[in-house]
Amino acid sequence: MASIALGPAAESRETPAHLNEPAWVRVLLIGLAVLFLTLILLVPLAAVFAEAFKKGAAVYLQSLTSKDALAAIRLTLAVAAIAVPLNVLFGVSAAWAVTKFRFRGKQLFLTLTDLPFAVSPVIAGLVFILLFGSRGWLGPFLAEHDLKIVFALPGIVLSTLFVTFPFVARELIPLMEAQGKDEEEAAVSLGAGGWRVFFRVTLPGIKWGLLYGIILCNARAMGEFGAVSVVSGHIRGRTNTLPLHVEILYNEYQFAAAFAAASLLVLLALVTLAVKSFVEWRHRRHADALAARERQGALREEAAWR
Amino acid sequence: MEVRVDQLSKAYGGFHAVEDVSFRIGSGKLAGLLGPSGSGKTTILRMLAGLEQPSSGDVYFDGRRMNDVRPQQRGIGFVFQNYALFRHMTVADNIAFGLAVQRKSRTDIRRKVEELLELTGLAGLGSRLPHQLSGGQRQRVAFARALAPEPGLLLLDEPFAAIDAKIRKELRAWLKETIGRLGITSLFVTHDQEEAVEVADEIVILHRGRLEQHGTPEAIYREPQSPFVAGFIGESTIVPDASSLRGFEEEAEHHQGLIRPEYVELFKTNRPPAVRSAAEEGVVRRQFFRGSFWEVEVEAAGAQLTVHRPLEQEPLEPGEPVHVLIHRVYLFRGGTGRMAENRRKTDPMPVYL
Ligand SMILES: Nc1ncnc2c1ncn2[C@@H]1O[C@H](COP(=O)(O)OP(=O)(O)OP(=O)(O)O)[C@@H](O)[C@H]1O
Ligand SMILES: [Mg+2]
Repeated sequence: MASIALGPAAESRETPAHLNEPAWVRVLLIGLAVLFLTLILLVPLAAVFAEAFKKGAAVYLQSLTSKDALAAIRLTLAVAAIAVPLNVLFGVSAAWAVTKFRFRGKQLFLTLTDLPFAVSPVIAGLVFILLFGSRGWLGPFLAEHDLKIVFALPGIVLSTLFVTFPFVARELIPLMEAQGKDEEEAAVSLGAGGWRVFFRVTLPGIKWGLLYGIILCNARAMGEFGAVSVVSGHIRGRTNTLPLHVEILYNEYQFAAAFAAASLLVLLALVTLAVKSFVEWRHRRHADALAARERQGALREEAAWR
Repeated sequence: MEVRVDQLSKAYGGFHAVEDVSFRIGSGKLAGLLGPSGSGKTTILRMLAGLEQPSSGDVYFDGRRMNDVRPQQRGIGFVFQNYALFRHMTVADNIAFGLAVQRKSRTDIRRKVEELLELTGLAGLGSRLPHQLSGGQRQRVAFARALAPEPGLLLLDEPFAAIDAKIRKELRAWLKETIGRLGITSLFVTHDQEEAVEVADEIVILHRGRLEQHGTPEAIYREPQSPFVAGFIGESTIVPDASSLRGFEEEAEHHQGLIRPEYVELFKTNRPPAVRSAAEEGVVRRQFFRGSFWEVEVEAAGAQLTVHRPLEQEPLEPGEPVHVLIHRVYLFRGGTGRMAENRRKTDPMPVYL
């Protein structure tokens, strides 16, 4: 995937002579980079699979199909299925508001959007305990009405929402900023209402960026550990997500099972990267095609007027 | 649709982009909004379209106040400076957009789109995407798209700015002809005075957010109401005190005088004018061949004057002394002006001398 993505761009660019370093410098630098990648990324990832399969494929499969493992997978999928769409909704509205309107406090709003990037996920989890825990601000009220948030699905979803909050919005804002509001204004002057403008004009322009944001958001939602760990309560088969499940197994010295579960998360990461490269490649190819046609257009125009 | 703008102002923070502008454009007229960069042309257009709220003042369409009417309901067509075509839609879909909004039937839409493609000379290009078109073709799509919903008012923001000179001339003529045929009230923005004069029935001249003058191109050329307008439309030299010129001594002092090339005649020293005292003494500074005439720059009466000299007259040399006869000067008095004739030229016995 990655090589396809790099292909056309790399071909067309020849390094000018004055930017060329002697061969040994290049070899050294590239060698260092490769070594670093291998030690820090590839070896650990390979180790995950090695450990997972250490006791054979049977044990591997067994640990993935155990009751608790299946429950963790289900919960992880459920959390992502709720958190990702909500964040898409939020991200698109936020990006729309920020780029298409002028309003007071826009800068503050943008900064707040970035807050989850700046705050440690543990804090994010603690905040919800503080709010909804049995001794928290809303604790008595929740207890009275028999509502469970902390140590239950709602709490996990909330903290996941918190940490994945910026992904979609941050992806879309620069994109929509660059596109400006000309097309939207044109649509409005032609009589189109807000929904039509969004679905017919804005959305088609941002779909690749949106998809990219969704992929990243989803990866984070499924992989989040810190914030979820604080609010989940680690109740086996009930409030354990996949990352928490891995930790519990590991702490219980069930290494093969722990790594088997971990390998699922690694697979998720690999799939995410693959899809991400594909989206980027599609996006770039789209842009290249536009540029090429633009050039052709200019030539045609010249020819037509000659 | 008749358009009236009453004391319209727009301030961004403390900066007045448009200040106290009032004008009226009659139904079916093609008006040009002319002014240098940053003079508030786009801002006025956007306020008419409802894309921008005026800070104060009112906009009326056919006598109806439009300030609180949403842009969707104003019944205007807007051709944006950069066209703002819908990138991901075909030419036909672009044109059909406004019709789809009006919930026209599919067959009606198809017929209308075909008609507009024909009208704008884009027949056969309906299935192209905007980036597969030339600049001139894009301009026409933008025009067709704005026309499709049959707006009562067409607003065009520098419709020709991004098109090269040769095609621009053709498009201008085409636009004028098409708008004339359809009879839509239109207001187009330009900072090119030649374009405004050529295309518009009437011109609104803006300067620093204020209206300087409104009238037919001819009236504005003949009777500019401010030195700015005079300098902006046509070629001219402004002298600070017209009464210092020979033949204009009787005019009141300290009134600015506008001198256009066609007001001035040059005479070689060996062939002086009939009334020699009516002419200033001058020196030729530079001379340019302009195809059908010589453009001569002379220095006379402390000013640099531009004069057009017919080719059949004897050519001049740079540095050559000449008699400079100023036949007429346009004098500014406050907001209005008046043409003054050279008195010595007509007076057989000049009082002076
Ligand atoms: N959103 C804005 N905020 C602040 N100032 C603005 C804004 N929009 C326009 N202006 C200012 O208002 C003035 C008029 O702008 P406008 O776009 O109407 O000029 P224009 O006559 O269309 O110029 P041009 O020929 O360069 O397009 C300019 O000085 C511009 O800087
Ligand atoms: Mg402008």
